[in-house]
Amino acid sequence: MISFIGRRFSAMIFVLVSISILVFLIFFATPGVDPAARIAGRNADQQTLMQVRQSFELDKPLPIRYLSMMRHLFVDRDLTSYVNRGAKVIPQLSQAIPATFSLVIGAAVIWLLFGLIFGVLAASSKRKWLDPTISFLGIVGVSLPVFWLGEVVNLITQSKLHSSVFRWVPPLGYVGLSVDPWQWFLHLLFPWLTLAVLYAGIYVRVLRSEILVVMSEDFIKTERAKGASEKRILYKHAARMSLMTIVSLFGLDFGALVGGYALLTEVVFGIQGVGKLTFDSLQNFDLPVIMATVMYASFFVVFMNAVVDVLYAVLDPRVRRA
Amino acid sequence: MSIKESSEAIFSESPGKIALRTLRRDKRSIISLAILGFVISISLLAPVYAHFIAHTNPFNSSLDALAHVGGKSVPVLEASTTGLGLGVTPIGPTWNPSSYFLGADGQGRDVMARLLYGGRNTLLIGTSAAIICIVLALLIGVIAGYRKGWVDAILSRLLDVIWAFPVYLLAISLSVVLLTSGLTVGFIHLGPGSFALPILIIGVVYIPYVARPIRAQVLTLREREFVRAAVGSGAKDSTIIFREILPNIIPSILVFVPIIIALCMLTESALSFLSIGVQPPSASWGTIINDGLALLYTRPWVGIAPGLLIVLTAASLNLYGDAVRDALDPKTRSRGDS
Repeated sequence: MISFIGRRFSAMIFVLVSISILVFLIFFATPGVDPAARIAGRNADQQTLMQVRQSFELDKPLPIRYLSMMRHLFVDRDLTSYVNRGAKVIPQLSQAIPATFSLVIGAAVIWLLFGLIFGVLAASSKRKWLDPTISFLGIVGVSLPVFWLGEVVNLITQSKLHSSVFRWVPPLGYVGLSVDPWQWFLHLLFPWLTLAVLYAGIYVRVLRSEILVVMSEDFIKTERAKGASEKRILYKHAARMSLMTIVSLFGLDFGALVGGYALLTEVVFGIQGVGKLTFDSLQNFDLPVIMATVMYASFFVVFMNAVVDVLYAVLDPRVRRA
Repeated sequence: MSIKESSEAIFSESPGKIALRTLRRDKRSIISLAILGFVISISLLAPVYAHFIAHTNPFNSSLDALAHVGGKSVPVLEASTTGLGLGVTPIGPTWNPSSYFLGADGQGRDVMARLLYGGRNTLLIGTSAAIICIVLALLIGVIAGYRKGWVDAILSRLLDVIWAFPVYLLAISLSVVLLTSGLTVGFIHLGPGSFALPILIIGVVYIPYVARPIRAQVLTLREREFVRAAVGSGAKDSTIIFREILPNIIPSILVFVPIIIALCMLTESALSFLSIGVQPPSASWGTIINDGLALLYTRPWVGIAPGLLIVLTAASLNLYGDAVRDALDPKTRSRGDS
C-alpha cells in the first residue's frame, strides 16, 4: 500500500513538472510566435523590442528562464506580473481563490443533491414516464453551453423582470462571505444554479446507467433469489456500488472546477475568481500569472486524481498490484 | 420477411446487424437524426438564404442598410432612445424572412444569415475536431495497449499530462498564442484566421478522454484466448491488430463519435464566445452569442437564437449517442426485463 502511494505521488510530481514545462514551451517556443512582440504590443519598433527582450530576460536561453521562473514562483514566491510591473502574482491568485471556492462548493451541493436523487429515481421508479423524462432533462443539461445559460439567466433576472419578480437579485459580481453572508448567498445563487445544471445532468446520466449495469449482475440475482426486498437491493447494493463511480467522478470534477474550469461561469457572472484571472492574463499575455494559475489548477486536478486512485486502492485491493 | 423475422433467423444474425436493427427501431435515433438532418441542411443552405432570400452579405458591416417591415423601409441601426441617446441600437427581429428575420447585430449585419453561416462553421469544426481526436486517440490507445512496456509508459504519461491540464486552460492557452501569429511548422503555415487551428486545438485536448478507455480495452483484449491463439499461431502484429483487436473496439468507438462531436462543438462555441475561436468576420454560433452579449438587454434574440441551436444540436447528438450505446450494449438498454 505504501509503495502504491509512493508511486502515485512520484507520478503526480512528474505530471506537474511536465505541465509547467508545457505551458512554458507553449508561450515561448511555439514556432512563429515572438513573445517580445506580444508583450511590446502592436507596431513596436526594433528598439522597443530589444528593450523588452532585455528587461524580461527574453534574451537568455530557455532552460535558464524556465528555472528562474520556477524559482521565483515556488522558492522565493515573488514572481511578478509582466503587465503590471511590480505586482506580485501569488497575492493576486490567493485573492481570487475564495470566490472560486464559494462558487464551486455551492454548485456542488446543488448538483450532487439533484444528481443523486434523480439518478436513483430514473433507474428505479415504477412510474413509466419518469425515466424517459429524467433522461431527457439530463441530456438537455449536458447539452447546454454554460455561458449561454448564464446569459439567459442574466436576461431573465436582470432585465424587465428585475423590477418585479426578481427585485431581490443583486447586480452581477461577488461579495465575500466574511463581508456579508446574506449578500454572498444572493450574489451566488444564480451562478450556483447555472453551473450545477451541467453537472447535475452528467451525474444523473452516469448514476442511472451505473445502477442499471449493477442490477444486471449475478450477485443481484442471488439477492433476489434469497428473497431480499427490491428496496434493499437498490439501496444496499446497486446504489452503493454505483456510488464508487460517482465519488471518483466528483473528485475529478471538483478538482478541475476549483482550478479554474468554472471560468465561463465566472466570466458571464462577473465573478473575480481564478478562472477569470487566468482568462484576463491570457489576453494580456501575462505569462507569470498564467503560469501560477495553471500550476494551481493542475495541482488540484492531479491531486484529486491521486486521491481518487488511492481511495480506489483502499477499497479494491486488485488495483494496488496494477 | 416473415421467415427473416423468425427467431432462428435472428440468432444467426451478426451482433452488428442486430445492433443496427435495434437502432433503426429506436425512436430516439429517428428523432435525433431528423433534427440533425434539419440543422445540417439549413446550415448548408446558408448561401442560398443570404443571396436569394435575404439579399444580404452577412460578412460586411452595413451600418446604413434598410430593413423592410410591413412594407416600410427603416434603417437597421436606430439612434438609441435611452440614456444619453449617443449609441445606436440595431433593429430587432422583423419576423420577415426576406429582411432581417432575427434583426441585425451591432454592425447592421443580418443575424439570421450569420446564424446559418455560423452553423456551418460550428458543425464543420466540431465534426473535424472529433474525427482528429478519435483517430489520434485510437492510434495512441491501440499502440499503448498492444505494445505495453516502455511505449505504453511514455504514451500513458503523455495522456496523464494532457488529462491533468484543464481542458479550457489548455485550449485557451493554445488559442491565445496561435491566433495572433498562426502556426508555422517547417514549410506548413496556418494563418491566424484558419479554421485548422481551433480544429487541431479542440481535437488534441480531448484525446485522453477517448484514448484511456481504448488503451484499457486493448490491454484486456490482448490477454483474451483468441488473441493469444493468434499470437501463438505466429500471426503478424498488424494482422492481430486489424483482424482481432480493432473489430472488438469498434463498438466503443461508435458510442464515442456523437458524444465527442457534441463536446467539441460546445468547446468551439465556448472558445469563440471568449473570442479566441473562430475569428471575425467569419461567424460561428459562439461568436454570435458573443455579439449578442452587448445587446443582451435591448436585442436578446441575437444571443438567444444561436444558443438554442447549439442546445438542439448537442442534445440530438447526445440522444443519438444514447441510442447507439443501448443498441450495442444490451446491459444498459432497459430495466424491468431482468
